[in-house]
Amino acid sequence: MATTTDRSTRTRGGNGVSAAAPARTDPTRIRSPRTFNIVAGIVLGVFAFLWLVPSFWAIKTSLVSNETASLGADAILRSTDPTLASYATLLQSGQIWNWYLASFVTSAGTVVLTVVFASMAAYALSRLRFRGRKLVFVLILAGIMIPAQVLIVPIFQLLDSFSLLNTYWSVIFPQVPAVIAVFIFKQFFDGLPKELDEAARIDGAGVWRTFWSVIMPLSRPVIAAVSILTFVTVWNNLILPLFVLSNPDLMTIPVGLATVQGSYGQRFADIQASAVLGALPLVILYLLFQRRIVEGVAGTGLKG
Amino acid sequence: MTTQTLRPPAEATTTARRTSERRPDSRPAWLFLAPFGVFYLAFLIGPTVYMFVVSFFNTSIVQPGLGTFAGLGNYAEMLTRSDFWSAMWHTLQFTLYTVPPLVVLSFVFAVLANRVQRGQWFFRLAFFVPFVLPSASISLIWIFLFTPASGLWPQFQSLIGLEPDAVLADPSLAMVGIAVATIWWTIGFNFVLYLAGLQDIPRELYEAASVDGASPWHQIRYITVPLLGRTTTLVIILQIIASLKIFDQVYLMTAGGPGISTQVALGLITNTAFTDYRVGAASAASVLLFIVIVVIAVARQLLDRSDREA
Repeated sequence: MATTTDRSTRTRGGNGVSAAAPARTDPTRIRSPRTFNIVAGIVLGVFAFLWLVPSFWAIKTSLVSNETASLGADAILRSTDPTLASYATLLQSGQIWNWYLASFVTSAGTVVLTVVFASMAAYALSRLRFRGRKLVFVLILAGIMIPAQVLIVPIFQLLDSFSLLNTYWSVIFPQVPAVIAVFIFKQFFDGLPKELDEAARIDGAGVWRTFWSVIMPLSRPVIAAVSILTFVTVWNNLILPLFVLSNPDLMTIPVGLATVQGSYGQRFADIQASAVLGALPLVILYLLFQRRIVEGVAGTGLKG
Repeated sequence: MTTQTLRPPAEATTTARRTSERRPDSRPAWLFLAPFGVFYLAFLIGPTVYMFVVSFFNTSIVQPGLGTFAGLGNYAEMLTRSDFWSAMWHTLQFTLYTVPPLVVLSFVFAVLANRVQRGQWFFRLAFFVPFVLPSASISLIWIFLFTPASGLWPQFQSLIGLEPDAVLADPSLAMVGIAVATIWWTIGFNFVLYLAGLQDIPRELYEAASVDGASPWHQIRYITVPLLGRTTTLVIILQIIASLKIFDQVYLMTAGGPGISTQVALGLITNTAFTDYRVGAASAASVLLFIVIVVIAVARQLLDRSDREA
């Protein structure tokens, strides 16, 4: 039974991170009535246009003055002299820099701990023989079904009892045990030839040396995938930092943005500029790592 | 027994296996598992157990300790409170509003994008990028689009001769507004899953079908739809689970209002714990939501497994 589990995760490698898009071939791209493809293109184009409207509108609004923005949609659309005044206001106030710092520190901190700890655990499960291996694997497998958001109340109490509330650690620690990361690593390690480890061990390398200097350097693609997905997940998390951080100087981007709607009142251009600034790092990340992000998301079904 | 039948290639390395078995890996193995294990126990298993325990006590956030024993009192209270059932209903309502469009539209987008030869990067940009953005940015954008009277949406409604709506301020429309923003935000996730699923369909099937004179529509109807069945099941289950956990958009766009017309399960839980300080009652509600989600997740695993074995 447990072996079956073992196997099914391996089969999942078929559309997993490493093999999400084997090549850029496209099976359905074959000659077919041209009219159908033209209609398909038009329909899709209309939807894509609709999908771009909200982002376009936020950017357009962020580039007019607060006075123009408060006049309404018509005035915003007609405005022809773009201004960066809202961005200047926000970037000079300094608050947003605190939010960026908090988001960056918590995201990067979680990435480091998750990558190191999850890869170690995955290595043990993939390569090392020990009693209880199957049991440990099944226990970790079970963890994938636990909805972490629903644990917000006990996690708050736990952090409170460790006096960790209002520290970056309170955002980092609860997000380190990402079971999915162990799976992604294990899948990848399972695909590496066992001879690698055996050769290293015969050469006298210990388990740690083998893992750290033989296996990890070969694992760059999977390390990158786990890092990016963890980074995005932590950066976007709202519910955890919302309740464990109450000090405004420590707020992450989502928590900071949550206060904007109330405190900026009618300064619509400023509000939209802050939405754009909050989204900007992730847009840049997407443009830099498009393929990896898309493959990672498709391969793991990672969500929320 | 199954172990042997499932992994015949391992026999080839029996000698290597035997040496590594003789060398005990136990100590390093547990040391390798320990760091992750500590966090796993402390921040996933521990809180789960603690949540179950606290749900039987009158625990408060402002007093130390568990408080007095409440038995099933918290559960009885939750199950008879009308706002608990209304929060559950709103959660279900949100699920019903978002899951069908998210599944159908993402399927259509993916199939069409797969047929259109050029501009793949553009469609991914349009449909997928919103998914990687923070819910807080998304909410600020949509609140502004829905601004009563002067926002883009009410102005568009007036332009085409409709009565403009105050979407988020109207109890009967607020959840629809949240659902629309959510569909816009998360469709890219399903879109990408479907695109990956389309890669796995062998092109010979389409070639054979087109030789037999099947129209593109028939190819989609009789090849693409059935062969993407597994992806569709996965997408639906992931969407349902995600919808049951909805919190961000509601907190940010309406804070559960107007009144409690959009209050959802997690909103009720966090209000009970952090506004009313009643952790015991909040934990009972958490346990109930937790059970619903885990049952669906387990069903998914079982479905997944039988699917793979078939």
